[in-house]
Amino acid sequence: MEIAANEIVFYVLSVVIVVFSILTVTTRRILRAATYLLFVLIGTAGLYLLLNYHFLAVVQIMVYAGGIVVLFIFSILLTSHAGDKAEPLRLKDRLLGLSAALAGVALVLPVILMNTFGPTTPVAADEQIDMTVIGSALMGAGKYQYILPFEAISILLLACIVGGILIARKR
Amino acid sequence: MQENDKKLRIMNIPMQYFLVLSTFMFFAGIYGFITRRNMLAILISLELVVNAVDINFVVFNRYLYPGSMEGFFFTLFSIGITAAESAIAIAIIINIYRNLHNIEVRNMNKMKH
Amino acid sequence: MSLSIIILLIPIFMFLLLGLSGHKMKPQVAGILGTLGLATMAVLSYFIAFRYFFVEGKVGEVYLKLIPYNMKWIQFTEFLRIDLGILLDPISVMMLVVITTVSLMVHIYSMEYMKGEKGFHRYYALLSLFSFSMLGLVVATNIFQMYIFWELVGVSSYSLIGFYYTKPSAIAASKKAFIVTRFADLGFLVGILLLSYYTKTFDFSALTDPNGSLITQPVTATFLGAGVISWAMSLIFIGGAGKSAMLPLHIWLPDAMEGPTPVSALIHAATMVVAGVFLVARLFPVYVFVTPAVLNGIAYVGAATSLFAAIIACTQTDIKRVLAFSTISQIAYMIVSLGVSGYGGHEGLGYMASMFHLFTHAFFKALLFLGAGAVIHAVHSNEMKDMGGLRKYLPITNRTFFIACLAIAGIPPFSGFFSKDEILVAAFHKDIVLFACQYLVAGLTAFYMFRLYYSIFWGKDTHYHHAPHEGGMSMSLPLIFLAALTCVTGFVPFAELITSDGKAFEIHTEWIVAIPSVLVGVVGIAVATLMYKKETAMPDKVTASVGGFYKAAYNKFYFDEIYMFVTKQIIFKRISTPIAWFDRHIVDGFMDLQANMSQNASSKIKGLQSGNLKQYNWVFVMGAIIIAALVLFV
Repeated sequence: MEIAANEIVFYVLSVVIVVFSILTVTTRRILRAATYLLFVLIGTAGLYLLLNYHFLAVVQIMVYAGGIVVLFIFSILLTSHAGDKAEPLRLKDRLLGLSAALAGVALVLPVILMNTFGPTTPVAADEQIDMTVIGSALMGAGKYQYILPFEAISILLLACIVGGILIARKR
Repeated sequence: MQENDKKLRIMNIPMQYFLVLSTFMFFAGIYGFITRRNMLAILISLELVVNAVDINFVVFNRYLYPGSMEGFFFTLFSIGITAAESAIAIAIIINIYRNLHNIEVRNMNKMKH
Repeated sequence: MSLSIIILLIPIFMFLLLGLSGHKMKPQVAGILGTLGLATMAVLSYFIAFRYFFVEGKVGEVYLKLIPYNMKWIQFTEFLRIDLGILLDPISVMMLVVITTVSLMVHIYSMEYMKGEKGFHRYYALLSLFSFSMLGLVVATNIFQMYIFWELVGVSSYSLIGFYYTKPSAIAASKKAFIVTRFADLGFLVGILLLSYYTKTFDFSALTDPNGSLITQPVTATFLGAGVISWAMSLIFIGGAGKSAMLPLHIWLPDAMEGPTPVSALIHAATMVVAGVFLVARLFPVYVFVTPAVLNGIAYVGAATSLFAAIIACTQTDIKRVLAFSTISQIAYMIVSLGVSGYGGHEGLGYMASMFHLFTHAFFKALLFLGAGAVIHAVHSNEMKDMGGLRKYLPITNRTFFIACLAIAGIPPFSGFFSKDEILVAAFHKDIVLFACQYLVAGLTAFYMFRLYYSIFWGKDTHYHHAPHEGGMSMSLPLIFLAALTCVTGFVPFAELITSDGKAFEIHTEWIVAIPSVLVGVVGIAVATLMYKKETAMPDKVTASVGGFYKAAYNKFYFDEIYMFVTKQIIFKRISTPIAWFDRHIVDGFMDLQANMSQNASSKIKGLQSGNLKQYNWVFVMGAIIIAALVLFV
């Protein structure tokens, strides 16, 4: 049986993602959780690359891995000692969480696996998306173009900046 | 199923694999969201959830609608917005920490009284 | 005649005035207001009596029923309705006079007797309420109105017996009175309902019309062998028997002496207790024509009661109890008299005699009670053993009491002789057994009344710590007035005024009955004089020789004990306790269960708002999952 390279990559990435996401949510040291999150995000970026969305992968690394995780680590260090171990969870809480998660999995998995997702248009799907296409779509004002959400996001970011300063200023 | 399968493979990876993966990540995030006590840990779990959703969008875009780019852009914006939201959340948490010196969820019940 | 409504309006107004604002007045003011109200009522009733008997009431030969007011109150069906109105006919006008006169005397007397009592104004308010209720009862145009006022009278009696509400014995007595009479009233109500169902009317004029439908076309339905109307009339009589203390419903009257003595005089001697007699008299045509067997039974009940009470009265030592049993005995006399009566002309002698005796008895019994009150007021005790030789200290009371005793013993020329004699004549003509019984009772009456008189005023010379003295004018005046009435009322020509069918008839003294009746009275007095005028050992010897019978009579033949046994052991233990258990555990338990269930449910639901973030998260996620599942799969 021939196994293509990207299959191997996919499996490796998926293992990474799965393992590290479990570790993120179960570890008792919070700094380690942040680190594991970083790995998960990098794994996700790898997935995007696998799917030929290069721009997205880069954005993911830049924003998430470079920005958010750093932010997290700063705040963790600000609010707790780096070596602190959280209390072990009680059984009740564990059950609570597991029940919700497993219920959800039980709901979603059958739906995914039983349904047949038919393709809409048979198009070769291996092309890389050109940067100019992305750029003009992002700034374009025509139908299916994204200038409006772009501006909305910029306002949102402005609001976030202002809000962040307001919340975090010294009194 | 074989016919469809063929069309839905990109280099032999069926779409469902991606979806299962993202499901897994999603519910791991939910588990963490419910179980964790530290607010930052909850935020981290939330990041997992959002990322899983992003993967879903991208996968659907790539496999089901190869011609259009909605999923791609949605994910792009989602990343941006999530970043902003996390920033604000962290700011709030730091503020709480300043006042209560504690960011355990079970201690956040002053507002109730 | 239209003034008659004022007679009812004054007392209810007085009751409201004194009841609501009496505590703000000075006590004397309350007393004077009540007395003035009653004086007005008395004058009005004399006026109405004068006009009715001598000016207006008589049409042709017959005294008619006049109805100055009749107001439709509740309409049940096409035929059946309850009115409120005033009916004036010979007996109701006579009762108006009696009630207002005795009540007025009691009001005046109480000014001094109740002086200094807490609740003085409440007393006068309740007296006015009682007067209102009793007057309403006697002028009722239909049987339901009479029932309404019947109950009101019961309530007033309850309040007045329990006037000293801090004394447990008074409370127990008032409860007993109310419960026994209420129980009898149950029979009364059933009787009313039965009667009105078959006759389709409540109205007295329609019911008792000799040419009316009830009497000329009797109802033929029967129940358990007896006619339905007989059942109805017997039940109605049971109601009357309760109020008039007939055997076996007499138990409340001796205990009712716990109330203040003027109350005993008014309610339990002259007015309320004759309500039963009045009821039978009111419905007399029905009894006579439709259910003569019931009437006969009533006569026998009366005779038995009369004898029973007379025997017990010979043994009692509390002077008010003696008078209470005497009252029971005399009322039974009136009932017997009604029982042996026929209708129309000389046949209706019993009816006339009964009403005559009611009239005279009211005055001399009230006099006796008020006199006893004066004695109690002077000596501060009810018992005969604490009295004796009081004739030196209480001259007015002595003489008036003596007059009343002569009257009740049936000695001419006092009023008691005339009325009692007519009763004995009526009984003699109808049923010799009843006559013999009543004759014996007459003798016993003379005996025990003089026993009472001598024990109080003669007998042993008791030494008193502080010399007893007469009450003031307000206590003595009523005594004198009532004594005067006792002397005079014997000569009222009753047979021309109050008869069974409204027509006058001639009476002539039947010496064959009159002489023995006087004789038996004299004999009774003589025996009492021998035994009690001076302190002797005779009473004890007689008691010893009779032995067990005396003990039984002294204990009122253990009726109270029997009642207590039945109620406590049987009704309370067997019936009430299981029902109470059921009520508490099952009915209440069911309600409690519902309340507890909702409380538990609400605590659980309250837990949802715990403020616990984790819980909120979990609920949120699970909720989302469940909704998604519902949408997808349902």
